[in-house]
Amino acid sequence: MEYLNIVFQEIYKILFLLIPVLVSVAMIVWLDRRVWAFVQKRQGPNVVGPFGLLQSLADALKYIFKEIIIPASSNKVIFILAPIITMTLAMIAWAVIPFGEDQVLANINVGILYIFAVSSLGVYGIIMGGWASNSKYPFLGSIRSAAQMVSYEVSIGIIIINVLLCVGSLNLSDIVIAQKNMWFIIPLFPMFVIFFISALAETNRPPFDLPEAEAELVAGYQTEYSGMMYAMFWLGEYANILLMCALGSILFLGGWLSPIDLYPFNLIPGAIWLIFKILLLFILFALVKAIVPRYRYDQLMRLGWKIFLPLSLTYVVLTASYLFYFNLLPTN
Amino acid sequence: MKITRFLKTILMTDFISGLFIAVKELFKTKKTINYPFEKGKISPRYRGEHALRRYPNGEERCIACKLCEAVCPAQAITIESAERSDGSRKTTRYDIDMMKCIYCGLCEESCPVDAIVQGPNFEFSTETREELYYTKEKLLDNGDRWENVLAANIKSDNPYR
Repeated sequence: MEYLNIVFQEIYKILFLLIPVLVSVAMIVWLDRRVWAFVQKRQGPNVVGPFGLLQSLADALKYIFKEIIIPASSNKVIFILAPIITMTLAMIAWAVIPFGEDQVLANINVGILYIFAVSSLGVYGIIMGGWASNSKYPFLGSIRSAAQMVSYEVSIGIIIINVLLCVGSLNLSDIVIAQKNMWFIIPLFPMFVIFFISALAETNRPPFDLPEAEAELVAGYQTEYSGMMYAMFWLGEYANILLMCALGSILFLGGWLSPIDLYPFNLIPGAIWLIFKILLLFILFALVKAIVPRYRYDQLMRLGWKIFLPLSLTYVVLTASYLFYFNLLPTN
Repeated sequence: MKITRFLKTILMTDFISGLFIAVKELFKTKKTINYPFEKGKISPRYRGEHALRRYPNGEERCIACKLCEAVCPAQAITIESAERSDGSRKTTRYDIDMMKCIYCGLCEESCPVDAIVQGPNFEFSTETREELYYTKEKLLDNGDRWENVLAANIKSDNPYR
C-alpha cells in the first residue's frame, strides 16, 4: 500500500508537469503560426475558439481521425517507434526544468548533463524515421538532420561549459540561483547569441530547416508519415523548441528569478517569470522564422564548425582565464 | 571595406534591422480580411454570376438575337428561340454551362438590350455538376434577385462606355 501511494504521488506529479507542457505545446504552435502570419500582415488562424486559440486542438482532432499509412517496404517496427521516441525524448527532458525554488520534478545534480544527453538522443527518432521509411527523400532529410544536430550540439555543449564555469554546478536550480546578482546574458552575451542560433539549428527551425526543406525534400524525414504519427513528430519538434527556450532562459535569463528584486516584481511567482521568459524567447524564434531565408547546406556546416565552434572555445578560454585571474572561480 | 563587412557579420546588423522591421510589421493593419465574415470591395464591372434581366414592367429583355451565343469564346451559351403568341421574338431556351464559361464578359458587352449581365455574385459553388448547367429560369431568377445591384452597377459604369 505504501509503495502504491508513492507511485501514485509520482504519477500525479508527472501529469501535473506533462499536461501543462502538452497544452502549451499546442498553444505555442498557434502562437508560432500567428506571429508568422502577423509579420506577413496576414490574419493567421483565428476561427477556432477565441483568437483561434483552439486551432491546434482542431488540428489534433483531424490528425487522430486520419488514416495512418505504413509504407509496404518500410521497416514497420522502427517506423512506428520513431515518432514515439521523438516525442518521449522531448517530454522526459522537462523533468529537470525548475519552475521555482523547489518546484522541480527531479532535482538531480547533473540536470544540465541529463538535458544534453536527452536532446542528443533526439536525433535517433529522426534517423530511425528517415531510415525506416525506405524512401529517398526521408533518408536524405534524416542524414542532413543528423549531421546538423550533431554539429550544433558540439557548440551548444561548449556554450554550456561557459555557464558551468561561472556556476560550478551542473544542477539547474544552482545555475539559476547563481544568477541572483547578474543574469549570465550580460557577461556571456556573445554566447547567448550563439546559443540562440545553435538552438535554431538544433531544433530544425528556419533558417536551418534543411531536413524538411520542402522545396527539395518534400518534408524530409516526415514525408512518409501520416495521421497521428506525423502529429507526434510535430509535437516532439515543438516540445523540443519549447525545451530549448526553457534552457536558454535558465542558462542566460535567470530562470524563475524576477528581473529586479523589487516590491511589485518579486510578488509574481517564479513559474510565471520562467513562462514569460520562455514565451519571449519563443516569439524571437517565431520572428526569426518569418524574416530569414534558408541556409545552404555547406553554409550551415561552415557556420557550425568554422565559426561557432572556435568562437565558443575562445570564449571558454577567456571566461576561464578571467575567473582564474580575479580568483572568482566558484568553490563549492 | 573588408573590416566593415566583417563587423557587419559579427554584429549581425542586417539580421537585427530585419528583426526590427518584422516587429514593426507585426503591429500594422492586416492586408487580408476575414473572408466569410468580411468581404472585399467589388467593382461595378465585376464579372461574376450571370443573370437575365427584365424590363420594369416584367417583360424579359432578351430578344434572342443570339449575339452572345455567337461571341462566346467558350461556346458555353445555347439559345433556342421561337415566336411568341404576341408576335415578339423570345427565347425558348437560354442555357449557360457555368463550367465552360470563362467569365470574359463578352456576352454582356455584345448584348444590345443589356439582358444578359454578369453580376457581383461570385459565391455560387455547388456540390454537383448538374447544378452548374444554368437554365433560363435560373438566370431570370438571378436577374430578379440581383436587379437593384445590377441596375446600379450598369448606371455607375455608363459614363465610361
